[in-house]
Amino acid sequence: MAEMMQFDLVSPERRLTSVQASEVQIPGAEGDFTAMALHAPVITTLRPGVLKVVTASGTEEYLVTGGFAEVGAAGTSVLAERAFAKADVTPELLEDLIKEANLQRDASNTDMAAKYADDLVAASTQISG
Amino acid sequence: MPNLKVLKNRIASVKSTRKITKAMQMVAAAKLRRAQEAAEAGRPYAERFNAVMAQLAGGVSGDSGPKLLVGNGSNQTHLLVVMTAERGLCGGFNGNIAKLARVAANKLLAEGKTVKILTVGKKGREALKRELGSHFIGHVDLSEVKKLGYDNAATIAQDLLTRFDAGEFDVAKIFYSTFQSVISQTPTEQQIIPADFSHVEVGEQSTVYDYEPGEEAILADLLPRAVATQIFSALLENGASEQGARMSAMDNATRNAGDMIDKLTIQYNRSRQAVITNELIEIISGAEAL
Repeated sequence: MAEMMQFDLVSPERRLTSVQASEVQIPGAEGDFTAMALHAPVITTLRPGVLKVVTASGTEEYLVTGGFAEVGAAGTSVLAERAFAKADVTPELLEDLIKEANLQRDASNTDMAAKYADDLVAASTQISG
Repeated sequence: MPNLKVLKNRIASVKSTRKITKAMQMVAAAKLRRAQEAAEAGRPYAERFNAVMAQLAGGVSGDSGPKLLVGNGSNQTHLLVVMTAERGLCGGFNGNIAKLARVAANKLLAEGKTVKILTVGKKGREALKRELGSHFIGHVDLSEVKKLGYDNAATIAQDLLTRFDAGEFDVAKIFYSTFQSVISQTPTEQQIIPADFSHVEVGEQSTVYDYEPGEEAILADLLPRAVATQIFSALLENGASEQGARMSAMDNATRNAGDMIDKLTIQYNRSRQAVITNELIEIISGAEAL
């Protein structure tokens, strides 16, 4: 049994989960990584993607749209701009998110907005697939 | 002696007023619970966010940091974001926030600064209109919003950031009410641009974090979000404060109406008794005269 660590996922509106996890897969801005207990302290921003939490009772998946993650000695916390549990992700929700991202991309015409939209599409196929 | 009929009508009217205030109090109590829950649910995010920001901001040295953190070097134009409720009948809630903002604005004006005001919520706008109406640059209407979401705060923050980038102001402050308890809400002034994390307690600096991407890039990414987060928690605090203030104001009003009904009823009974006595005297003296 792997060593457990405290994991929190919070969004501005509520705390989505707070559990003991053995590993957390985080979609970092510079690439995915897996945080386990005793991971070196890192603060990273997130890209839209799927967050996977492995706990003693199974694996939970969340869709996050952005924010940042803090991996420290006390545990890992992810502060997501918007986060949804996999069960709450409906095709309509994904559609809305993607539509919004596309609008943003068309309006601002920046690489960042385009990357955001692309990442979101990739994340949505990953979570619904 | 007041007419009996007039008294009776007055009692009836105070009774219906009491019913209304009682109902408003109960509605406010229910809403307060929800608002408090929302405020509490939002707290972990805000706390962590501020802790990380404080840590990051502490690492930035001198004037090299992003504008949102160190300012744009000027201190001339101040933007005051005054957040109040959309409705009245909540005691001194709106008035206290407006007063704090007015004092701050007048102080800045006396120092020769330029003041711009953005109002969130109708009541604050009305309260400040007469004196400071010429400084208004915008208004955010939240009267249609049933449940405050992060999106509301994000929109306001986006507006602020656009204005900041366009050089419309140098310093931004928000005015809102912090929720202490049902009977006590404190009007608060907080500077959000340039960001001020001096009030956040930084934990022990023992851990050295790796930053990915670089420290500066993270800071640049997070600072706009910090503005939104601070506005969001202010909105939540404000929501809870408003309902708390309304609840205690309506509680007072209900009690007051009750006292008034008691007084009027006594007066009514006395007058009635006097009328009866009078009639009796008339009858008796009439009978005696015969």
